[in-house]
Amino acid sequence: MAIKKSMRQRVGVTILAWVVAFLIFFPILWTFITSFKSELDAIAMPPKFLFFNWTLENYVEVQQRSNYLKFAFNSVVLSIGANLLGLLIAVPAAWSMAFAPGKYTKDLLMWMLSTKMMPAVGVLVPIYLLFKTLHLLDSLLGIGIVLMLINLPLLIWMLYTYFKEIPNDILEAARMDGASLLNEIVYVLTPMAVPGIASTMLLAIILSWNEAFWTLNLTTSNAAPLTAFIASYSAPEGFFWAKLSAASTLAIAPILILGWFSQKQLVRGLTFGAVK
Amino acid sequence: MATQQTATAGRALVSPSVILLFIWMIVPLAMTLYFSTLRYSLLDPDNTGFVGLQNYTSFLTDPDFIAALINTLVLVISVLVISVGGGLLVALLMDQPVFGLNVLRLMVIAPFFVMPTVSALVWKNLLMNPDSGLFAWIARSLGFEPIVWFTNWPMLSVIIVVSWEWLPFASLILLTALQSLDEEQKEAASLDGAGAISYFGYIVLPHIARAITVVILIETIFLLSVFAEIYVTTSGGPGVATTNIPFLVYKQALLNFDVGSASAGGIVAVILANIVAIFLMRIIGKNLEG
Repeated sequence: MAIKKSMRQRVGVTILAWVVAFLIFFPILWTFITSFKSELDAIAMPPKFLFFNWTLENYVEVQQRSNYLKFAFNSVVLSIGANLLGLLIAVPAAWSMAFAPGKYTKDLLMWMLSTKMMPAVGVLVPIYLLFKTLHLLDSLLGIGIVLMLINLPLLIWMLYTYFKEIPNDILEAARMDGASLLNEIVYVLTPMAVPGIASTMLLAIILSWNEAFWTLNLTTSNAAPLTAFIASYSAPEGFFWAKLSAASTLAIAPILILGWFSQKQLVRGLTFGAVK
Repeated sequence: MATQQTATAGRALVSPSVILLFIWMIVPLAMTLYFSTLRYSLLDPDNTGFVGLQNYTSFLTDPDFIAALINTLVLVISVLVISVGGGLLVALLMDQPVFGLNVLRLMVIAPFFVMPTVSALVWKNLLMNPDSGLFAWIARSLGFEPIVWFTNWPMLSVIIVVSWEWLPFASLILLTALQSLDEEQKEAASLDGAGAISYFGYIVLPHIARAITVVILIETIFLLSVFAEIYVTTSGGPGVATTNIPFLVYKQALLNFDVGSASAGGIVAVILANIVAIFLMRIIGKNLEG
């Protein structure tokens, strides 16, 4: 009897949970479906849910009319390039703070974190003027540097928490065997640190891909990534929902897939290790 | 003992990031502070001069600023209530023995990965458009007049979009915290005959209290800087109905070219964010000790 009742309860809770999850997910699903409609079907009343002529024309048109691939290319270059550069700077810093902490390491970590909490508008004006003077506005180099810098504290923090979990004994043993600093990093630390570095990189790429303050303010066309490309749909002419949906689907699909793989790291990275 | 050598190497390895972050944050912030005391318009760049606190007095007494400050607070607090309250409910639901939890979690977290410009435009058009949006169809089917969301309820509309983006974040973090609750503690509570409410109040809530605090603080920091959602939907309007402080600073700087006034606004935004940041840093700092 008891088992039956708990089973029934379990089914009930499951149905409720699926309904809630479906509602939360629905706008994404709806965007996906709309991307295969003709523009007329997209605004049809009553809405057409599944029974319409599925077409790929929007995907073709988004590329032909507005050169989608150029923006996608910028997004890829920026989110990967900026964070690779960031890793080059962050890995040594996190390594030394985790394994050779000094008196001020904790203060330093907290200070780095505090720079992440500075609102971007606080430095928008000088950065904009500086970029204008240096001709870095709308350049991949300029926006790439900014994306690298806004993620740097997060990179260092996440790497730091991962490195902290590597047992110190192993490093001691390597040192006893006379491994040099370089050897220690290359042969002992790196293999153990790779999973942590990979998940850090994953989260950083997601955040850069979706960054929409600096990308909107510092780029116009040449260096504009997908965030800015989608924003150009905010001033529409004529029917555009299906094309907006196709462009949106293309813009979010890769990151949605990456994001689903990185859920665990997401919790840790976004709370700076405060929730694991 | 290679301590001395390690310490020197350590300093050499840390310094690039410290220098970069210093240049990135402290120097521009100092420049913002400096600009904020100048009469400085890009439309009339030769006519500059020190004006003391005049930019602050004019920015702070500008009715647009008061409106933006109120809008910022309304946006932050409403989204916090919806996303943390809703997120807690979702997390509690997902923490029950449900079938297919992995798939459910993927569906719930998905909106967090959608770029802000996409979320805002999809909601504004596909869902909230008063003529052909899905909500309008639902309203008409139920016999109501469709709501003209972004025209008649601009702030509410922005709040709904931003809440949709952040509820998944709260759900995921709170679910993670809930799942770290001891099985034994759960069993002990049920053996002691704890009812659902006292179980939640005495065992669950204390256990996830810190996670809730962290969610609130982190969301607040991001919500104080909401920009793209407003930029692509309402452009701060109608009037200043959805202009928050970041958008007001953007408008002063890049649309009105008033560097002095925008800088004063930037400094105000920094002070607001720092009030929250101090609390968050304290919690994270405590964690660092452990």
